[in-house]
Amino acid sequence: MTFAKAPAAETAAPTIEITGLNKWYGSLQVLHDINLTIAQGERLVICGPSGSGKSTLIRTINALEGFQNGQIKVAGITLNRDQQVVEDIRRKVGMVFQQFNLFPHLTVLENCALPLRLVRGLSAAEARDRAMHYLSKVRIPEQALKYPAQLSGGQQQRVAIARAVAMQPEVMLFDEPTSALDPEMVKEVLDVMVTLAEEGMTMAVVTHEMGFARQVADRVIFMDAGRIVEQGPPSTFFTAPKSERTKAFLQQVLH
Amino acid sequence: MHFRDNIDYPPMLTRPTVFVPLLTAIFGGLWWFQAGNSAIGRLVLGMAPWAEGNPLNLLTAAFVTVLVGFNIFVVMRLPLRQQVWLVWGELAALILLFFYSFDLSFAFIQRKIGFLITQGLVTTLYISAVSIAIATVLALMGAVAKLSSNGIAQGIAHFYTSLFRGLPLLMQIYMIYLGLPQLGYVVDAVPTGIAALSLCYGAYMTEIFRAGIESIPKGQWEAARALGMRPTSVMTRIILPQSMRVIIPPTGNQFISMLKDSSLVSVVGVWELMYLARTQGQTEFRHIEMMVTASLIYWLMSIVLELAQKRIETHFNKAATR
Ligand SMILES: Nc1ncnc2c1ncn2[C@@H]1O[C@H](COP(=O)(O)OP(=O)(O)OP(=O)(O)O)[C@@H](O)[C@H]1O
Ligand SMILES: [Mg+2]
Repeated sequence: MTFAKAPAAETAAPTIEITGLNKWYGSLQVLHDINLTIAQGERLVICGPSGSGKSTLIRTINALEGFQNGQIKVAGITLNRDQQVVEDIRRKVGMVFQQFNLFPHLTVLENCALPLRLVRGLSAAEARDRAMHYLSKVRIPEQALKYPAQLSGGQQQRVAIARAVAMQPEVMLFDEPTSALDPEMVKEVLDVMVTLAEEGMTMAVVTHEMGFARQVADRVIFMDAGRIVEQGPPSTFFTAPKSERTKAFLQQVLH
Repeated sequence: MHFRDNIDYPPMLTRPTVFVPLLTAIFGGLWWFQAGNSAIGRLVLGMAPWAEGNPLNLLTAAFVTVLVGFNIFVVMRLPLRQQVWLVWGELAALILLFFYSFDLSFAFIQRKIGFLITQGLVTTLYISAVSIAIATVLALMGAVAKLSSNGIAQGIAHFYTSLFRGLPLLMQIYMIYLGLPQLGYVVDAVPTGIAALSLCYGAYMTEIFRAGIESIPKGQWEAARALGMRPTSVMTRIILPQSMRVIIPPTGNQFISMLKDSSLVSVVGVWELMYLARTQGQTEFRHIEMMVTASLIYWLMSIVLELAQKRIETHFNKAATR
């Protein structure tokens, strides 16, 4: 089982480059001077306590959230509020949500094929074939004609991953993809994500699944109160955390 | 049954604690209100000519009570769907019987019904259909405007719904018919009716559409936008098809209601169903005949709309009902 590698430009430039990012909700500052680059092919895991700004951070990357100052570059394009720029960036960025957000009125196959037709301009037959291809990758081709409500949570999330990856983005963002799932379904989703990572997809994953982080991540980031408090490769991040807050957090999630 | 809980309740009407008081109440009520004087009383009198006064009341009440009891006994033994249709049919038969008791002249109805349909019904249908189409477009634009970030569009939409929901429909018809000529535009009666109905119902439906669109969780919009879909495609392919489930039942109400409110345009002399029903009866003092005929035609049209609504609902519920 292999995922086709995203057709990324042959440059050394990082896929995502965030500099001096600040964001407020009213008077509440939720992102403090974030600097972060994600290299092409890098697998980044973001963790941190609830309300620390993890979702907000990754949602600014594809402009689902705005920000007040700082700069975000995705695949060389500087994000601004221009419709064309935002749409160009969204075509390079795939996203998977905690609540799956499948389209309930469309079958699994249509969920994957419709965006391919509307956004990538594929013909109905091409879109169908490509959608089936990616549904096979996430191991549910036999559910293609069902509606999302007829699937288990784990299956729904795998469809959501197939839908995003079928667009062949340059980077995939995951916002707590397994948090809404029952424990026995977490593994089937993580397995799909591991395969995706092994195929070389650039990924930024917000998750509390530390096993996944250990196995897959090149780098783990710990956020607290809107700041990146600590970062490093899993080997040092888990065994020798520097800050007290990281230690306290790891103690909670590892037990 | 919408919410199943897989428990066999003994049906209410098979419990003596329910059906004995119920039948007693029917019997007592009929006796108290002197059922013997009614049309059914006359029927009973035909079968038992010796009865009179109080005995006739008692006999009639007993007759009806037994009839109801037997009916319940029979209906309760049928499958659910047949129960529904049988009861519907019985009630419809009662209404028709009620009309029949007016001692109508069917010859007169037969003479007039052709004109009532070719002129009245056709005009009513034409006005309603065109108004429904325009109102739907207005409502869609109104709802999108209200949910947009465009202040001017929002302002217009809010004013529009406020004004046209706020004025009586009759007033709107007069204002267009009598007011616009003051500005130099003379509008014919039929276009006046269509304009007033479209504007008024468009305003109501704007609110239905807005609420329907707002009922879709914002994750749907985000997921579609994150996939790179354009706002118009997200609206037409993702949001609207889902909001149809919420939009269609109240919209069906609006359509049925418009069908009958189209009778208001008779005030500016449009020869639609209601106008003809009123005027055709006048010459021979046969008002009731025309009223009953027109009522039944309105009702039949509503039934057709009801059935259409049901089909459309089933279509859009496909994904939700497994
Ligand atoms: N729309 C909003 N308006 C105001 N405040 C918000 C909004 N969305 C998020 N916040 C606040 O921003 C902060 C960061 O929220 P965010 O959702 O990014 O946290 P998170 O790290 O993803 O938390 P969780 O683990 O619970 O998902 C929180 O304090 C939250 O209350
Ligand atoms: Mg979050």
